[in-house]
Amino acid sequence: MSRSSLLLKIELRSNPEMLCIVRNALGQLAAMLGFAETDCNAVVLAVDEALTNIIRHAYLGDAEQPIEASFHRIHAPHEGESGDALEIVLEDRGVTVNPEKMCGRALEDVRPGGLGLHFIRESMDTVEFSRGNGRNRLTLRKFLHVHKSEKGS
Amino acid sequence: MQIATRHLDKITIFDISGDIDLATSPQLRKALLHEFRELKMPRVVLNLGAVRYIDSSGVASLVEGLKASRDVGSRFILFGLNRTVREVLQLSKLVRIFEIYEDEAQSVAP
Repeated sequence: MSRSSLLLKIELRSNPEMLCIVRNALGQLAAMLGFAETDCNAVVLAVDEALTNIIRHAYLGDAEQPIEASFHRIHAPHEGESGDALEIVLEDRGVTVNPEKMCGRALEDVRPGGLGLHFIRESMDTVEFSRGNGRNRLTLRKFLHVHKSEKGS
Repeated sequence: MQIATRHLDKITIFDISGDIDLATSPQLRKALLHEFRELKMPRVVLNLGAVRYIDSSGVASLVEGLKASRDVGSRFILFGLNRTVREVLQLSKLVRIFEIYEDEAQSVAP
């Protein structure tokens, strides 16, 4: 069974200048939750890359479109166990992301672009994308401490 | 992000500070391509010691700089990578394609 509490919610425009604001806030939030420095950096990188994808691909570079970012502390099952995690939900009203483009590219192919999705997947424990009510919704989870599930939990 | 430029003989040294992200990476890309394509500098060295953050668009700019250097037969060198920058380059699995040194003395050595 999952439990969730909202820690922070940010409504921002799809302006690249806003990325550093979100990074700074998220870095401090992750540290406050007890993530090690490497994991804080990983979470910040993943969210930055996800927001970059929204700006570039969902909004095609338009800097005035809305993005909602909400940050939750959750307790949820993970790989047969359960644990506390930081869950980040990013929502936008941009164009539908083509799932074909969500495959990234082979890293052996040395060229610019296509790295962002790889960074997101490598940095987070779970990555889920959905589309509904005219919105793209990306849910990212990073677990803090995973421990065995207790009976009835 | 800020770029300070120095010249040492036929070497250009860029001292980069701040964050390299979607907002700032075009500036870095433009500076690198100018040095290689327009000025045909035989060696361009990037001091990344004061870079707090780099994302995939920043890595992409470095890759473009590297490709431009290869096109004109120049060298493109990075040094001063802190933990954050090194982690991102390692995550990209592109760290092996760059010429990386610990300090400036090694980077400008003949």
